[in-house]
Order: sequence, then C-alpha cells, then structure tokens
Amino acid sequence: MNVYDTLQVLIYAAALAALARPLGNWLASALQNDSPLQARVFGPLERLIWRACGINPGVQMNWKTYSWALLAFNAAGFVLLFAQQLFQHRLPLNPNGDGPVGFWLAFNTAASFMTNTNWQAYAGETTMSYLTQMLGLAVHNFTSAATGIAVMAAMTRGLAGGKAAQLGNFWGDVTRTTTRVLLPLSLVLAFALVGQGVVQTFGPNVRVKTLEGAGQVIPLGPVASQEAIKQLGSNGGGFFNANSAHPLENPTPLSNFLEMLAILLLPAACVFAYGKMGAGARQARALFAVMFLVWAAGLAGALYSEYGSAAASGGTALMEGKETRFGVANSVLWAVSTTAASNGSVNAMQSSLSPAAGGIAMFNMMLGEVIFGGVGSGMYGMLLFVLLTVFLCGLMVGRTPEYLGKKVEKREMQMALTGILAPSAMLLLGAALSCAVPAALASLSAKGPHGFSELLYAWASAANNNGSAFAGLNANVPFYNIGLGLAMITARFMVIVPCLAIAGSMGAKQPSPPSAGTLPTDTATFGALLTGVIVIVGGLTFFPALTLGPLAEQLLMFKGGAF
Amino acid sequence: MTAKNTSWDKELVFRAVLASFVKLDPRTLSRNPVMFVTFIGAVMVTAGILASLPEVSGFDLQIALWLWFTVLFANFAEAMAEGHGKARAESLRRARVEITARVLAEGRELREPASKLKKGDIVVCEAGDFIPGDGEVVEGIASVDESAITGESAPVIRESGGDRSAVTGGTRVLSDRIVVRVTAEPGKSFVDRMIAMIENASRQRTPNEIALSLVLSALTLIFLLAVGSLKLFADYSAAAAGQDLSGIVTVPVLVSLLVCLIPTTIGGLLSAIGIAGMDRLVQKNVVAKSGRAVEAAGDIDVLLLDKTGTITLGNRMASAFVPAGGVAERELAEAAQLASLSDETPEGRSIVVLAKTRFDLRARQLHPHEARFIPFSAGTQASGVELLDAERRPARKILKGSIAAIRAEAGAFPPELDAAQREIANSGGTPLAVLDGSRVLGLVHLKDIVKGGMRERFAQLRKMGIKTVMITGDNPLTAAAIAAEAGVDDFMAQATPESKLARIRAEQASGRLVAMTGDGTNDAPALAQADVAVTMNTGTQAAREAGNMVDLDSNPTKLIEIVETGKQLLMTRGSLTTFSMANDVSKYFAIIPALFGALYAAKGSGAGPLAALNVMRLHSPQSAILSAVIFNALIIVALIPLALRGVKYAAVDAQTLLRRNMVVYGLGGVAAPFLGIKLLDLLVVAAGLAR
Repeated sequence: MNVYDTLQVLIYAAALAALARPLGNWLASALQNDSPLQARVFGPLERLIWRACGINPGVQMNWKTYSWALLAFNAAGFVLLFAQQLFQHRLPLNPNGDGPVGFWLAFNTAASFMTNTNWQAYAGETTMSYLTQMLGLAVHNFTSAATGIAVMAAMTRGLAGGKAAQLGNFWGDVTRTTTRVLLPLSLVLAFALVGQGVVQTFGPNVRVKTLEGAGQVIPLGPVASQEAIKQLGSNGGGFFNANSAHPLENPTPLSNFLEMLAILLLPAACVFAYGKMGAGARQARALFAVMFLVWAAGLAGALYSEYGSAAASGGTALMEGKETRFGVANSVLWAVSTTAASNGSVNAMQSSLSPAAGGIAMFNMMLGEVIFGGVGSGMYGMLLFVLLTVFLCGLMVGRTPEYLGKKVEKREMQMALTGILAPSAMLLLGAALSCAVPAALASLSAKGPHGFSELLYAWASAANNNGSAFAGLNANVPFYNIGLGLAMITARFMVIVPCLAIAGSMGAKQPSPPSAGTLPTDTATFGALLTGVIVIVGGLTFFPALTLGPLAEQLLMFKGGAF
Repeated sequence: MTAKNTSWDKELVFRAVLASFVKLDPRTLSRNPVMFVTFIGAVMVTAGILASLPEVSGFDLQIALWLWFTVLFANFAEAMAEGHGKARAESLRRARVEITARVLAEGRELREPASKLKKGDIVVCEAGDFIPGDGEVVEGIASVDESAITGESAPVIRESGGDRSAVTGGTRVLSDRIVVRVTAEPGKSFVDRMIAMIENASRQRTPNEIALSLVLSALTLIFLLAVGSLKLFADYSAAAAGQDLSGIVTVPVLVSLLVCLIPTTIGGLLSAIGIAGMDRLVQKNVVAKSGRAVEAAGDIDVLLLDKTGTITLGNRMASAFVPAGGVAERELAEAAQLASLSDETPEGRSIVVLAKTRFDLRARQLHPHEARFIPFSAGTQASGVELLDAERRPARKILKGSIAAIRAEAGAFPPELDAAQREIANSGGTPLAVLDGSRVLGLVHLKDIVKGGMRERFAQLRKMGIKTVMITGDNPLTAAAIAAEAGVDDFMAQATPESKLARIRAEQASGRLVAMTGDGTNDAPALAQADVAVTMNTGTQAAREAGNMVDLDSNPTKLIEIVETGKQLLMTRGSLTTFSMANDVSKYFAIIPALFGALYAAKGSGAGPLAALNVMRLHSPQSAILSAVIFNALIIVALIPLALRGVKYAAVDAQTLLRRNMVVYGLGGVAAPFLGIKLLDLLVVAAGLAR
C-alpha cells in the first residue's frame, strides 16, 4: 500500500464524515416537512402526485396501517416488475431485441429489486431491454430506497416521540423522500457521471471491428441515470453484468470515487437524520461512531489481508479479477463499503479478494447490514441491535432496560429478535440446504473451501438484502432463483414489519426523563457494548461457517497450499 | 449476608439434591427452553448409547453423563433457592394452628372454627387467645404477640381507631381484651397470602424475567440452526477434502457443541436468581405481594419518605434555652424543668434532660402536696405545673406552650423573643415559650433530630439517580430547614393525603416510578397509586391492602433497602447473561478445531489449516470437547452462590456500574473459560478420561 492509496482512503473517510451530517439534516427536514424552502421547491410536484393518487399525506397512520400500505406498495411494484420482464419483448424501447426474461429469473429479479437487494442472476446487457432497465429496475431503485427510509422514519418517530407518538404517513414519507432527496441527488450525480464519460443513450449496442479484426459488441444504454440511484439508494444492480468494473459504468478514478462515496453517503446521513428527528445529536454521533469504527476495522483487516496474502504468494499484488484502472486499495475499499452498506455493487470480483478479505466482506453482510447498511434499513436494523444491547446490558445497571426513556419489554424483544434472527436463519437454512442438494452444488465453480465461500456468500448476500455476488456461482438456476428470491423477500419484510411493530409499541409508551441511574446510550461505553453485541452475535452465529470457508482457505494459503 | 451462612446447611442441600431429580420431569423442564434443549440433547446421546449396546464408547458415555449433570445442576440451583422459602412457609403453616373463634352475634358469644369466619363477623379475643382472622380492632386495646409472622418477639400494641388497628390472624393476644371485625374471607388472610407468595415465587415469573427468557430462547434457536447447519457444512467439506469426518462429527459431539453454546449458565440460574431475590426481601422481613413489585423497586426514580420516623427520630428534642432580656439562662432552665417534671411526653423529658446536662439541675420529685400538674390540652396548647404553698393554695404557676398560647396567657410578649421565635421556626425548630406567673422567661428550642447516616444514604440514592422527597405536615419553613439538614432533594410541606396523591400522579405523568411508605388509612389512595408501596405491618388494614409490600418490622427506612434489593436482582440477571454469552467465545476455540483440525490436512500430516485455531493447545479432540462440556456444567454449580447472594451492589451512577460489571462479567466471561477449559483438559488427560 503506497502513500496515494492511504491518502485516498483517508480522503474518502473524511468526505463521508463531512457530508453525512448536512445531508442527514436535509433528509430529516424532508421527512418532517419543516423546511419552507423544501416545501416551496418540491411542494407543487408532491401535491400533483398526491392529487393524482388520491392521497392525503396528513393522515396519521398506526403501525398496522403503515405496514399494510408499505406491503401493498411493494407487492404492486413486485407484480408490475415481474410482468414487465415477462412481456418486455412486446414493449417499446427494446432496440437490441431482448426476448422475455425466464419465469424464475423474472421472479428472482422482481424480488431482488423490490427488496433493495439487487442480486443479479442475469447479465443486464443481454437480458433486460432499456425499458425494463429504466421503468422497471431504476424505478425500484427509487421506491425500495424510499421504502427503507420510510420505515426508518416511522421507527424514529415511535422511539424518539413522546407518549402517543405519531408514526407519520407512509405515502407522504415515500413521496417526500423521493422528490426531495433521492431525485435531486441522483440528478446531480448522474450529470457528474456523464461528465466523466458514463454513457447515457437510447441508441442500440454498437458493433465494431477490433484492431485484430474480430467483431465486438459494445453494449450501450441509459446507464448514467441508473448508475446514480444504484449507488445512492444502496441498490447495487448494475446496468451491465460487470457492474462498476465496466468502463462505461465507471470510467475514471473520479467516477470511481464519486460512486464509492455514494455507497455510504445516504446510509450515513440516515444516522444523523435519526438524531435530528428527535433522538438527539449525541445519540446519532454515538451510532455513527460505532458504524464508522466497525467499517474502518473491516477495511483495515481486509487491506492487511490483501497485502499480506500478496506477500505470502510471492510479493506481487493479487490483481486477478481486479480492475487495473483502480488497483488493489480501491477495490478493497469498494468491497468493504459495498458489503457494509447493503449496496452490492462491485468494481472488482469479490471472489478474487484474498480469502480473509472476502471473509470480511461476508461477515459485514452477516452482521445484518447495520454497519451503515442500506438507506434507512441500516439505521432501523441498527436500532434492533441497540434494543438488544440495551436489554442485555441495561440490566447490569440495576434497572429494567429502557431506550430513550422508554421501557424495552417482552414485545419489543420479541420483535427485535425476529428482525435480527430472521436473516440469520434464512442464511443458515439456505446454505445448509445448498450443501445437501446436488443441483445446488452443481452451480459451484470452485471446490473446497472456496466453493463453500461461493454458496455461503450468495446466501449471506440474499438473506441480508445486499445483492453483491462472489462471482463463480452460477445463480441462474431454479434452485437459486427461487431459494434466494424467497430469502430476499423474507429477510426484507421479517425485519421491516417487526421494526414497525416496535415503532407502534414504543410509540405508545411514556418516556421517563434520564437520571444518573439510567443507562446512557450516547457514550463511548455504550458504543463499545453495542459493537461487542453486534460482533459477538454475528460472530457466534457464523463462526463455524466462516471457519469452513474463508478462514480455512486463508490458513491453507498461509500454509502454502492452495486448494 | 445471612443467606450465605444458612444457605448450605446439610438439610437444605440434601432436600435440594432430591428435588433436582424430581424436577427432571419434562413438563417442568419445558417451561425453561434452554434447559429443555439440554435435556433433549442428553436424552438423544443416551439413546444413542443404548442403541449401540453392548458396545459402549467411553467418550460418549462421559458426554451423556455431563449433559445430565448440566440439567441436574440447574435443577439444584432452583431447588436451593426454593429451599429457604419452603422452610419459611412451612414454619408459617405450622404456626397456623386451628383456632376457635369467639364470635359475637346478637349479643351472645358463639364458638366457631376460624375457618368458618366470614368477612364482617365480630369476634372477641382476650389474653391468651389467638386472633382467628385478619381484621380491625373496633373496641379496646391489647398487646399482641406477632412473632409468628414477624419473628419479632417484642409484643406490639393494637387499639381501636387510629393507625394501629389492624390485627393479623394467627397472632396471640397477650393482655387485655379486644373486639375485632374480620376483614378477610377465609383462605385469603395475610398469612395465607404470605405462604402462597413465598411458595409460588418460582412459578410467578416477572415481566423482565419473561422477556429475558424469551431472549435466551431466541439465542437457543439460532444456535440450534448454527449447529444443525454445521453438520451439512461439515459433510460438504469432508466430501470436498476427500476425508472421513464421521468419527468426530457425531451426534454426541454436535449436541455437546450446542449445549456449550446455548446460554445454559443463565438459563439454569435464571429462576434461582428470581427466587433468591424474593427470598432476600423475606429475610429483610419484607413480604412482597408480587415479584413484579420487586422488579419495579429497581426502577424507582422518586422516593417519597415520611419525615417522622424515617428521616428524623420520632420526636423533637429540646436543644437550647433562649432567655428573655434580663433573665438568666439558668433561671429559664430551672423553670422549664419544673414545668416539665410531670410531663411524660418525649419532648417534656428532653427538656428535663437538657436542663440537667446544661446546668446540672437535678430533677426533683414533686409530691402531690407540693404541686399540681396542669396537663397539655389541645385547647390551651400549653402544659405546666402549679406549685402549692403550705396550705395547699396555688403559689406559683409555670406554663410552657406554644407562642400563641403563652402570648394570650401573659398578655404581653417581649419583642426580642418574638424575633428569636421566628428564627427558631425558620431553622426548622419549634419554639416553646415558658411563662412564670405573668413573666415570660424565654423560649425552649425544640428540634427535629435527623437520624444518623441519613445524609450519606440520600447522597448514595442521588448517585443512583433516585430523587428523595420528604413528606411532612410541617409548615414550609420548618420543612425546608429539615430537608436541607437531612440532604433530601425535595420536600412537601403541609402534606395532606390529597396532595400526596397529586404529587405521585404528577411524577408518574412525567414518566417516573414512585415508591412510598405509609401506614394510615388516609395513606391508602396514595399507596394504591404508587408503583412500589410499602406498608408498615403496624398499619391499618386499608393501608396493608393498598400497598404491594408489607414490612413486618414496620421500619420506614427499609424502603431504601428494598430498592437496593430490586436493583441487585436485575443486576444479577444481566451480569450472568453477559457472562454466559461471553463464555461462548472460548468454547468455539475449543470445539471447532477439535472438529475440523484435521480437515484439508496434507497427506501424511495430521494437522490441517484449522488446527491453528486450537489456541489453548488442548490435547486432543476428545479431551477438548469433554473439557468444554465439563466446564459448561461446573460453571453452573460455581455460580449458584452468586445467583443466590446477588452480585455486589454499590451505590454509584449507572455508567460506573456498567463499566465495572462489564469488566468483571463481560471480559471475565471471555477469559475465565479459556483458563478453565485448559485446566480441565490437563486434568482429563491426566486422569486418562480421553484419548
């Protein structure tokens, strides 16, 4: 690692820390609708949308109505996307003449984009028409991100509000998030990316003759518009199969930096929005610190492993599967960030990381996507861990546990544990099943521990709505299309609905004022405890699995024997 | 602590050992999911051994044995905790002899068994009689021996009217005669409830305990999945490596891993902690009507404390003489002493004592022919003495009394005393004026004496984040002065039952939990409203009904101990949960390398890459697994005393407490098993118990 690599990592971290707070405040203002400026600029468009849909965003919803609205909204999106893929050959804007998407692949993709996972069992340039990309996938990039933020908003209101807190209106939250935050940000980023050379065209693919005289198809399309929200909304579904390793999706070091920054920007901003919306700036700072430190530790570990492994295998950088334009440091920085956030885009093949670095990427996902995590979803997932920590450690100060002055009782623990354990359960069940079903094992391209990592990674990615792939696994087979699709849906909504239920039950509770006897949740001590609980719960659940995959492979490598 | 000395006596231990086998009943065990899973595991391993008969693997047998021990140790912990309560309940039940009641009906006295008494019956009890049921004295006064329920041998006075009218069934009248109206239906008396309470402590789980066992169940579930999936992951790996792991990845080994991972330590001790917490209260002579109240006691934010008896000694004491202009202090002291010689109230006696200590004035015995005592009356607000001359005619009249009374009696009041009496009142004292004939001699300063150590106690409570509020009927000035002296955070002067109730409601509306003590009937609404309400056993029946705890010693200061007991209970739970989870780290490092140490080993070499995880350098896979299982079982036994005693509690703020418990039980929980398992591994190998 040279001085420029180090500098780049530091600049990245500084930019993230500097931008997260103002953006968080902007997001909080949008959700609370308390900025006259925002209301003046975006109000007319929003009112138009609401009038067209017959929505009154001022109506307060309880957690059940909120959940039903959310589920209905997502179900409708799922059905539309599913149908659109099946009939894309009959729809316009298909200059490359792509045929209908296969049934189970369409199911998997619809599930994947509805749940903000963006797991891609297809290659975009050969499977999806421009209309499907724009009207189907890109739209879901917005709606799934807005859904996550809406859940975070409702949960924040329930936790940080006073007695009989109001949870807000789902339609209002989704609309304002989209119009005031996601659209303007995407617009700015898309223009910046076009400036760097990311393509944006309705024209068909270009066929060229290379210098050697061979024919080559250069895929084109409306890429930049989709690229921006793909990164900002922690979606990660690339226009092209190679994702951000593709030169037309990510052409320059600057575009690479902007896209990387966009991965963590909104998830980090959500933490500050949480503080601004009532939890308090100190709470937000503590949570940001926890996320930042775990992310930084993962990054440090991955970089160490990458350069250490290179030294162990002869001193040259491990460049197989990595983009020479970006180099090792940028690939690792991207890999760690994209798995910490539930983004899932890649600029190098995760499979080509050193085993331990790949293990860290996997562990990031296994922690439940709470180290920044997805937009909104990272924050509400983190809050579940906060409640668990408060419960386990709060007792040690001799009081029944409470968070933000509200008692954490049986119902909240029931819900929090459902939300924390459902993804883990899906992961373990899916991976175990894959080990037992020959059809699933047939998809592996490697043997031994690396092959195990391939399937473990796939389930970790789907069950935590990340969407990145380890590469190597042939996922476009019915077993994985159906299994991973179900895992994505279960993991998404088995977390969202418990979160909303917690918003409901905590929202009804009377907060008690803090005293010297209450457990403070905005201190370094609590931050350390929270980190401990996240890492230990994740670690204890997945340690055996990780030992058989990345750990065994790394140790084998150090012993000088590749498998 | 007394619990420690008595908890291991032979009789109790013996009975607990028996009980731990009785508790193997699956119906009992199924209430505790963690131990139930352990039990199922033990059954599975045992069944495997039986199926393989006559060939028996010594290793599997040992695993099975230790799994059974794990379950038995948990049962033993619970049985030990229940032991104390059971013993206490039995002694109570023995004390409840069949009593014949003397029922008064239509002017006649009927004899009826106490169990037939109905609410509203009127019974009469004379010296030597047992009081047949809970009730209220409607007529008479008697001294009553309540040692059967309180353990306190000194008799107490029970009289009609006022705040000492409640009597408890099963107690014995020592002198005089009282008439009692029965207030409890048969089978629902105080003693009945107390027995039920002590015996049922194990069955009534409190809200936090329920929530915690839910968390433990969820963790158990995820470990079930982790271990279940591990079997398939192992199969994949074995196939990929072309190795045979079936010799080590066996059912007993997987069950061992599971039992080591699920939180058996806290799962096994959870109910013991709860029962022991209640038991600690019982040992402090407090009976809680529900476990919920004990838990709530840990959460208290505000303590409402009665001034008299809790913060101050019951009575005011004379602390100074303030003579009027031209009067010697000694003259005033002499007069005040004379006026108080026949005054048997504590205030009166304290004046006599003060005069003696200040001026060495011996208290004279006044004979009836020398003097006539003027008793205190509410009307005159004064008392005193009239000295008689030889013909027994009044010669000199000395009065002491309230300022207003003496001012009226004397006609004139020295202005300098006016200022002095205001000063006394402002400082929280009560001024008494002394009048000799028509001359006002001066003032006696009566003062509330704050009990020793209260200031420190309140400071501790403040550190714990608990606000103390002193409740008094005094005027605001007096109250403020005493509050400042005692170091309470706030006070309520001129408190009435209504204002107390309003205060509690206001505190609760802002989200605080309130605790209070009380004894009078007029306290009942406030007691019913408070989250933790401790009633004095000497209190009225209405008050005892309204509260959720009864202090048999009738010591209002005990509220503070109750809060501490509640906190200790919660802390013990939290600390052992943390310890239990932290233990898992080391168990992985024992068992995973044992399972997969040989995986992907190069040809001819026994150790694969994962052997590097054997950081404890344990001897062999078998010894490693066995040591982990043994450690997991023994740690339960080792922690029983801690569970029964509760973790050490100190009055410090939450942050400090958390850090300390985190270091001891969190980091300690990570480190302890590394040492323990290594040590056991050495022993197991030395004893030849494993290959």
